[in-house]
Amino acid sequence: MNRRRAHLVGVGESEYARWGRIGDVTEHALACRAIKLAVADAGLSMDEVDGLASFAEDRNEAVFIAAELGLPALRFGNMVWMPGGGGGCAAVANAAMAVETGQAEVVVVYRSLCQGQFFRFGAGGAGTDQPADPKPATVGQADSLLMASLGFAFPYGLLMAAAAYALPTRRHMHLYGTTSRQLGMLSVTFREHASRNPRAVMGGRPMTIEDHQASPMIADPHRLLDCCLESDGACAVVVTTEERARDLAKRPVQILASEQGAPKGYAFGPFTNANVLDDLYATGACEEMAGRLWGKAGLGPADVDVAQLYDHFTGCVLMLLEDYGFCGRGEGGPFIESGALSWHGGSLPTNTHGGSLSEAYIHGLNHVVEGVRSLRGESTSPVKNAEVCLVTSAACVPSSALLLGRR
Amino acid sequence: MSERFFPNSMPAPLADTITLPWWEAAAEHRLVVQRCTGCAHTRLPPAPVCPQCRSEDSDWQEVSGLGEVYTYTVVHRPIAADQELPFVIAVIALEDAGGVRMISNLVSVAPEEVRIGMPVELVWEDMSEELAIPRFRPRKTDG
Repeated sequence: MNRRRAHLVGVGESEYARWGRIGDVTEHALACRAIKLAVADAGLSMDEVDGLASFAEDRNEAVFIAAELGLPALRFGNMVWMPGGGGGCAAVANAAMAVETGQAEVVVVYRSLCQGQFFRFGAGGAGTDQPADPKPATVGQADSLLMASLGFAFPYGLLMAAAAYALPTRRHMHLYGTTSRQLGMLSVTFREHASRNPRAVMGGRPMTIEDHQASPMIADPHRLLDCCLESDGACAVVVTTEERARDLAKRPVQILASEQGAPKGYAFGPFTNANVLDDLYATGACEEMAGRLWGKAGLGPADVDVAQLYDHFTGCVLMLLEDYGFCGRGEGGPFIESGALSWHGGSLPTNTHGGSLSEAYIHGLNHVVEGVRSLRGESTSPVKNAEVCLVTSAACVPSSALLLGRR
Repeated sequence: MSERFFPNSMPAPLADTITLPWWEAAAEHRLVVQRCTGCAHTRLPPAPVCPQCRSEDSDWQEVSGLGEVYTYTVVHRPIAADQELPFVIAVIALEDAGGVRMISNLVSVAPEEVRIGMPVELVWEDMSEELAIPRFRPRKTDG
């Protein structure tokens, strides 16, 4: 038995609110608070924490957080290089690698996101109350490869993630006959799950499929209710060794396998890359990675009792289901329609917290939190005897995933 | 100056040393793809290395601007005040470009008429004396 095998032993979450609503507490303070809550949930002392990890260019850099929390030493600080929402599971995987190799003993993975205190993601920095630059007359300087590639998206008005991820979803609809109603069933299902979750921002707002169909079109086929929330909040997860986990009060959750990556030629994915290979374009681009994940764990889709799938947009969840083999390519729509994802008797209860669509958008780290809760029996929509939970990060960007198991 | 499709909006492009030549060609109303001189593989966006043969040598191949719609979205939310709405963003599969696709807009077409597979042609929009952006419109076909 590998005594250093990584386990998840604590979770912490701030209050979650709509974008811009948490104004009296800084994003920075929320990061500290979530870390404190997670360490307390683990039954550990902050003095045992010696590593910090995050993703998506979190603004709350590890070296400052370490000093502010009074960590006796910082032995591991990691920022994932998978873009944005593709990196949450990778941050946990990197933390796991640190403890398993003896680089650190206790690593806290965190994400704090209060977009209202800075600017909105996916809006390209443009304020819609601002008139357009009257002289978009010359080519500006790109200060990174990402900005240079966005240079081939911005001039066409492609700034919003809602528009970018509509592109592969529209192609999926063209190839396979996927419908807006099928996408809407995802929104309705996750909203229903959120109704039992006191933390969920949309917990008190029931949604019917007619509500979804009537919601305003943002970027066809994405309606408002196909798009994730924009939230303020922070959450954190504690990773430590099997040996340390053994003495803790709550049942530790084992990381059975982790994977991260992108297939050939993917770059940033369809937001800026029109040349994603044809057989990848109308997919989440996670199929290869998913195969490695299953192989490492010696498990398959049928072994998963509950899933927390990154839901920035409904179409991306659908493509994840196909990539991970829960249904065949092109069959995601009927699979969703069958009720498979519902906590009420579905074969694959998914996003039992309500997801990014209905709980909060903390870039998917809250999906890791819910994965831990699911396997501890602490979810507000608990799946009896759940032993295996799949958690994924975002489709349609370089991604990552975790297979979690109950010890 | 050309016809204006988006007189009130659209952010300026951003470029670095590698991608700037593409925009300079656009300013001259030349739509180009980067072509590897080692193996003739074509690519966009421009890059310093060929992903097929890893050569660092390339040139620019001008293309006709004919293509078809690979996918699209119709945007209903403004990105700036006075944004022309709705507008269409499309991925265009270019002809005679070695399989290269590019992101652009569809203009001169009602959004509800857009179809994947629709044949299109290039139309330049001069945003200023120094900057032209390629857009696409339905191709006029005979018969």
